[in-house]
Amino acid sequence: MQVSMTVNGVAHEVDVDPRTLLVHFLREALDLTGTKIGCDTSQCGACTVHLDGKVLKSCTLLAVQADGCEVTTIEGLAEGGEHHPMQTAFWENHGLQCGYCTPGMIMASAAFVRDNPGASENEIRHYLEGNICRCTGYHNIVKAVKQVADSAAGA
Amino acid sequence: MWPNEFDYARAGSVDEALSLIGDEGKFLAGGHSLLPVMKLRLAAPEQLVDIGGIDSLRGISANGGLTIGATTTHAEIAASADVQAMCAGLASACGQVGDQAVRNFGTIGGNIAHADPASDPPTVLVACGATINIQGADGSRSVSAQDFFVDLFETDLEDGELITGLSLPNCSDCQCAYVKFPHPASRYAIVGVAVCLKMDGGTCAQADVAVGGATVKAVKCAGAEAALAGSTLDDAAISAAAEAVKADIGDWLAGDIAYPESYRQQMAGVFLRRAIAAATG
Repeated sequence: MQVSMTVNGVAHEVDVDPRTLLVHFLREALDLTGTKIGCDTSQCGACTVHLDGKVLKSCTLLAVQADGCEVTTIEGLAEGGEHHPMQTAFWENHGLQCGYCTPGMIMASAAFVRDNPGASENEIRHYLEGNICRCTGYHNIVKAVKQVADSAAGA
Repeated sequence: MWPNEFDYARAGSVDEALSLIGDEGKFLAGGHSLLPVMKLRLAAPEQLVDIGGIDSLRGISANGGLTIGATTTHAEIAASADVQAMCAGLASACGQVGDQAVRNFGTIGGNIAHADPASDPPTVLVACGATINIQGADGSRSVSAQDFFVDLFETDLEDGELITGLSLPNCSDCQCAYVKFPHPASRYAIVGVAVCLKMDGGTCAQADVAVGGATVKAVKCAGAEAALAGSTLDDAAISAAAEAVKADIGDWLAGDIAYPESYRQQMAGVFLRRAIAAATG
């Protein structure tokens, strides 16, 4: 089945098997392997992307459902050669250990701070319940998100 | 994990969806209940009819009561000022489903069609007297939420029938709340309690109570309701209701190795107290 999708600003038209999950489409058809497959059961958030600006676990949507949509993955978050502020904050605060959850953490956090500038640490921790870090490195992840949230609120 | 192969069709209207659906077909909206069970091969429909693009199935209207389209997402319901005003318990329950990413795409129609016993919205729908609106090839019908949920993952929905939406009475003059004991890892409800209390001065004129999570389906709790109705929601009445609720759910208990039936039954009483406190606090 023919699917049209704009991914990271680039229009694609690809013929897919209807049972192809969006995460497989991104990784295998478009070679965008920054988006990870973790639990593959909508729990861990490693596969988090933005679909029409909304946070989505891409292991839980068929590529055909995203026909006509705009998708942003971790590869498309930086603009004009500059890291997104959330990427910079993860770098500065060492918001990762093994790095496997990082693309999903950054995608989820970037959308959260966009919608909730000035979010509190408690709100950040609550929001990130859908993204699991099995290194348990949450402390610096939360620190990174808080840094961006504070700066987005002009604090 | 890849689901089994299936034929995929996109419907532009309810009539088209009903004409497309075959004997072994399933309707697909957000896919956040259906796709996980297909990936685990617990379901293997031969056909999916995608209703996600049907505009008439989506949205919330407040006109005396609430009407919510089947493909309205949990996030849209949780954020709706109309739902918050007219059924605060439903807004709260929808805001506690999964996580934000799941709520962004998972739909209320898919949720109730799936009828997971540990899901949050069904408990409120049963407590608050929601009606499920259904359309099939032979016409449309409505069924109360209480009758819609039949058993574990089992509903009143017949093959080929489509949930078009649900209707709720306006309970803006009620004290309405949903409180759950979330599983520490999955966040599914170990016990979820919904209460809707109509107060007349200091007296509870009418009480509606339902329990989910602890049970194979959301259960309306007549004993607890009788203990609360006519009382001033004093300690004695609440204690009587917390005791009665355990009997109300006695025939429907579910459990597992970590949270056995007896424990969940006990916790239903505890969480009924908390739900009443949340509703009236």
